Amino acid sequence: MSDTAGGPVLRIEQLKKSFLAPDGERTAVIDVPAFALAPAEQVALRGQSGSGKTTLLNLIAGILDADAGRIFVDGRDMAALPEGARDAWRARTIGYVFQTFNLLQGYTALENVMLGMMFGRGADAAHATALLERVGLSSRLHHRPRQLSVGQQQRVAVARALANHPRLVLADEPTGNLDPRHAAEALELIRTVCREQQAALLLVSHDPGVLARFERVEDLAVVNLAADVAPMPPLAAVGQA
Amino acid sequence: MNARPGLWLIVSRSLRQHALSTAVTACSVAMAAGLVMAVFAIKSQTYDAFTGGSNGFDAVLGARGSQLQLVLNTVFHLETSPGNIPWSMYQAIAQDDGVALAVPYAVGDNYQGFRIVGTTPDLFEKFPGEGGIRVESGGRFFTADAREAVVGSVVAQRTGLTTGATVNPYHGLIFDENKRHEDEYTVVGVLEATNSPLDRIVWIPIEGVYRMSGHVLRGTGRNFRPEAGQAIPEEHREVSAVMLKLKDPQAGIYLDQTINRQGTRATLAWPIGRSMADLFDKIGWVNRVLELVAYLVVLVAAGTILSSLYNTMNERRREFAILRSLGARKSTVFSAIVAEATAIAGLGALLGYVVYAGILGIAFLIVRAQTGVVLDVFKADPVLWMTPIAMIVVGALSGLVPAFKAYRTDVASNLVPAS
Repeated sequence: MSDTAGGPVLRIEQLKKSFLAPDGERTAVIDVPAFALAPAEQVALRGQSGSGKTTLLNLIAGILDADAGRIFVDGRDMAALPEGARDAWRARTIGYVFQTFNLLQGYTALENVMLGMMFGRGADAAHATALLERVGLSSRLHHRPRQLSVGQQQRVAVARALANHPRLVLADEPTGNLDPRHAAEALELIRTVCREQQAALLLVSHDPGVLARFERVEDLAVVNLAADVAPMPPLAAVGQA
Repeated sequence: MNARPGLWLIVSRSLRQHALSTAVTACSVAMAAGLVMAVFAIKSQTYDAFTGGSNGFDAVLGARGSQLQLVLNTVFHLETSPGNIPWSMYQAIAQDDGVALAVPYAVGDNYQGFRIVGTTPDLFEKFPGEGGIRVESGGRFFTADAREAVVGSVVAQRTGLTTGATVNPYHGLIFDENKRHEDEYTVVGVLEATNSPLDRIVWIPIEGVYRMSGHVLRGTGRNFRPEAGQAIPEEHREVSAVMLKLKDPQAGIYLDQTINRQGTRATLAWPIGRSMADLFDKIGWVNRVLELVAYLVVLVAAGTILSSLYNTMNERRREFAILRSLGARKSTVFSAIVAEATAIAGLGALLGYVVYAGILGIAFLIVRAQTGVVLDVFKADPVLWMTPIAMIVVGALSGLVPAFKAYRTDVASNLVPAS
């Protein structure tokens, strides 16, 4: 059930975040005046190291507290919610795919997916199994992460991110640990499954091969005024380099 | 949101993932729970067994001296006899209006370390204890004037004596093969187990004690050795003690007054249980030390749970961060750690019954071998349910510190693998 009623699934207003540096100085790392993502839209944020991409995703997911500003996810201001309610809203509306997959090692592929559901819309073994089958892991349901290849682990992470029928999927360098062939397959899988489930996708990457597949690509150095990096050259130029 | 199944999944997987640590910690809890249950149960059961193990007799009359020694010697067949009293005293008390049954005991010999007690057939025929006393099939009780013996079940089991076998008594209460009496007694019956010190006794007619080769009767103050076939004048006879069944408690008060407070020749141990209770009171500090040790072991077990969980907190920070990123609340992570500590304590408490049974089993064998008193390993005791509950509560409390650490785990900084 959506709370956006046709509005953007993600809307950021005057978002600011700073960290205390070891020398006692407060360093601004995020300053995003405005950003929005329409339902089912797929956007790539390209950013180099230091551009604040992981921090931005963590702020959107409610894992980090913002210093100022508002982050509306599916109509709710994440920054205004108490911590417990924010955890619950995150579980129900956001799927998160990490660069390092972040699968729980003691759990099987099926349990990893179901665990995510338990904090969201409730465990549904049939749906979890269907998702794993959808990502091509029907024969690996009861394998633990260490018994899976890197590519298979990434697929479990994708299935887990989509287990709660999220309105928004955040993907932080999801292909960063994969070789080019598996990276292309993983990216296609994420995009296809998000499209099938009508989930918006916000993916951050610095990989031109990944970025080139998106219709809308934003440069974090432009979106984030606090980014400590220069804007990246246009994609075409990168491709020609 | 339904996080409870998630909680169980987190706890069960963590226990499995840290199986060795879980097993070691649960064993530590089991040792503590078993020890606490055993200490309290043994204390309670030995108290009950020794203060209530009078076999239906109410009092013991013996030589002037310690009531406790008298009870230990005649009821539990431990310790030495405080001395003898004249036969006339036995006759007098047997005819007292307040006495329902008087059974004389004469001790001083053994068979392979098991005491030989001379008594009258009244012991078997009028035994006041619950269920009476019975001889195994094929046997019978001895007759008063024959060289016959009846052996307790433990004696029969240990020595192999059966009906028809013969025994030669050995002088003294401690077995010395050089002190063998020439008199030979034929075993005419083996007593059914009474689960009491009676099982460790070889019973012979009291007349046999008087006529035993090498025995000297000093009832008159002069030595007297009866010739074969010669009647023994009563003034030469002595008894070690007289077991008494009283008609009512008033008789006990009266006899206590006349024998212990006004008399000077004998001692009446009445009621029998009080003497043993006094002993337990005197050695109560031993129990308190044991209880203290048991409580300390519980504290150590609680510390083991705390440290085993706390030590895994660093390696599990990423796991908690992942769970939080999936939508688990801080309280869910906190609850998972407390539940894990509780589960370890619960598992340990269950295993504690095995430890308890083991300790009670060993105590059962030792106490039975030394005294003939049988502890009831399966006797219901509040400590058997209170201890596991207490261990589970202690376990849950032990989980609070690591749970608080997990609660405070910073999600963002722990989502990346530690390098």
